[in-house]
Amino acid sequence: MKKTYGVEVDCANCAAKMEEAVKATKGVKDASLSFMTLKLKVEFDEGADVDAVMKEAYKNCKKVEDDCEIFL
Amino acid sequence: MTKKQKNVLYRIIIAAVLVAGLAVADHMLDLPKLPKLLIYLVPYFVIGYDILKKAGKGILNKQVFDENFLMAVATVGAMCLGEFQEGVAVMLFYQIGELFQSCAVGRSRKNIAALMDIRPDYANVMVDGQLKKVDPDEVEIGAEIVVNPGEKVPIDGVIVEGSTTLNTSALTGESVPREAACGDEIISGCINMTAVIKVRTTKEFGDSTVSKILDLVENSSMKKSRSENFITRFAKYYTPAVCYSALALAALPPVFRMLMGMDACFGDWVIRALTFLVISCPCALVISIPLSFFGGIGCASTNGILVKGSNYLEALADTKYIVFDKTGTLTKGVFEVTGSYPANGFTKEQLLYYAAYAESGSSHPISVSLKQAFMASAGDKASSDAEDAEGKMNLEHVENIEEIAGHGVQAVVDKKQVAAGNARLMKRLGLEIENTHEGGTVVHVAVDTVYAGCITISDVVKPTSEAAMKALKKSGIKQTVMLTGDAKKTADQVAAQIGIDVVKSELLPADKVSEVEKLLEAKSEKEKLAFVGDGINDAPVLSRADIGIAMGALGSDAAIEAADIVLMDDDPAKISLAMKISLRTLKIVKQNIIFALAVKAVCLVLGALGIANMWLAIFADVGVMVIAVLNATRALKIRP
Repeated sequence: MKKTYGVEVDCANCAAKMEEAVKATKGVKDASLSFMTLKLKVEFDEGADVDAVMKEAYKNCKKVEDDCEIFL
Repeated sequence: MTKKQKNVLYRIIIAAVLVAGLAVADHMLDLPKLPKLLIYLVPYFVIGYDILKKAGKGILNKQVFDENFLMAVATVGAMCLGEFQEGVAVMLFYQIGELFQSCAVGRSRKNIAALMDIRPDYANVMVDGQLKKVDPDEVEIGAEIVVNPGEKVPIDGVIVEGSTTLNTSALTGESVPREAACGDEIISGCINMTAVIKVRTTKEFGDSTVSKILDLVENSSMKKSRSENFITRFAKYYTPAVCYSALALAALPPVFRMLMGMDACFGDWVIRALTFLVISCPCALVISIPLSFFGGIGCASTNGILVKGSNYLEALADTKYIVFDKTGTLTKGVFEVTGSYPANGFTKEQLLYYAAYAESGSSHPISVSLKQAFMASAGDKASSDAEDAEGKMNLEHVENIEEIAGHGVQAVVDKKQVAAGNARLMKRLGLEIENTHEGGTVVHVAVDTVYAGCITISDVVKPTSEAAMKALKKSGIKQTVMLTGDAKKTADQVAAQIGIDVVKSELLPADKVSEVEKLLEAKSEKEKLAFVGDGINDAPVLSRADIGIAMGALGSDAAIEAADIVLMDDDPAKISLAMKISLRTLKIVKQNIIFALAVKAVCLVLGALGIANMWLAIFADVGVMVIAVLNATRALKIRP
């Protein structure tokens, strides 16, 4: 199961950190954030509750980079 | 500028005016230290409150070593040492740099988006006798849409009314317009140039070519190159390392000097450490590399080359071996009459005439090419025979068509008994043949049991194939290999004609995979192997090679799926162009890495020695970043 989200982030380094944070979230199999297109592609684990996982991922992102937004 | 950027701009202006005013006032009044600190704190907070907040949050979230932290420590440190102006100025310039960077990135993002501006905004649908503009997403399969001149074709479909000229340059990079008439399939993303056409859609918008291409290009930056991953890993170790070095720089020398009985000069060393911190920010590297790759990919797509990821663009530069499929890749994949050899007093025209009419009932590629050759020659002469001149065959000429499996056909043409087929057929009729013609398929013709001669039909080499091979050799390809299921004789002839190094012929589809695997094993790890195919039944090989390149994939979903690089048109010359773009992009990436690291290294040493001041430090951070970003955007403008 794969989904793409729009994101807002100001610097490339922060984008890399957000990507790490999303990857580390439970229920996320893999994630990739492109700073150029401002798009976050998330691959979820089998049977994961997408909404709940993304809320958690968002929280994790906020921790590493306060000035960011994921359009869920 | 976005709202956020405007906000920062206002803050920069306010802070700059305040600092300038304060500097003058300060000069005239000569205030004591504490009130001076208090008044300088005003512009400091105006310009830097968000940085301080982020730094604080970072510490709370255990993300200490980021650039906000660096800036906060550097400026707070400067304020504590009584360097008020410097403290505010560093923050001010940092924000200016960030704003500049944000604008530069935003602009290149827009540039790239403009290059890829093939997304149609609407489709014209006939509702109650009136044209209505609707979202292409809402158009169902089988609906009829109207495309006016100047508009983009929004959805793949078939023309049901009208004929026009289409500009496909946004898709294929090919500037010669394409003619399309009623009954032709057209793909979305083309621009209708001359006349109104009515199109019946065959796909939904989401499955149409234009959506697929956009999706592919937008996702390409998700697959990160080795250089990008290297920088991300590098930054992870680099920032903490720099912070500890700065700490050591601030603490160790003064302690050492105290032990030696000298004046500690604490303030001096702290300033050096802070300068060191400002210089060290890795952003120039982190931003410019993905930007270069994205530019390179954008540039490739305007030339009709779709690259599915930065990693593939990177790998292309290391490609040393290229394996080609023959049919459809180096050759047109269409059979054409390449020679006719009449015998026993027949003319070339007669030979073709009898062969084409005898074969007129069949839809076999050989028969089709005979018919096409006949119609072309008839059209050329604009001959006395009216039906032929119209480019249509008059089937009244022919009767009693009889296919003889494995041999050919027999038919009565103009009351004459005609046989057309292979050598076995002639033997069966008891006729002597001279079989000396090489390459391709040979069709022998007999008329009323007299041998009339033979026609050779073969797959034709693409006009650009030979030049493409030469260009590839020039761009550093060590070996070109051609794999084919065709007979050895035909394969060798084609290879010699276009200059292929190694030929493997008479292969079954499965053999192609094992041949590629053999080559993969033989080469060194660093050298890459690319396979070029037309996407029809070579998907396994495409995915097995280091880089799979599918050709002429416009509209072929399977090929777009299996390949790493998709050439939108049939031109093999695009491969060397893709390599050129790849090499140039990597060159820009290397320039940026070396430039940024070198400037930073020099400035770091100068900073540690106390030669570099804050102003140089700001250049080393922001200036380098801006230059790197500007250099990266050059990748967009690589010209063939």
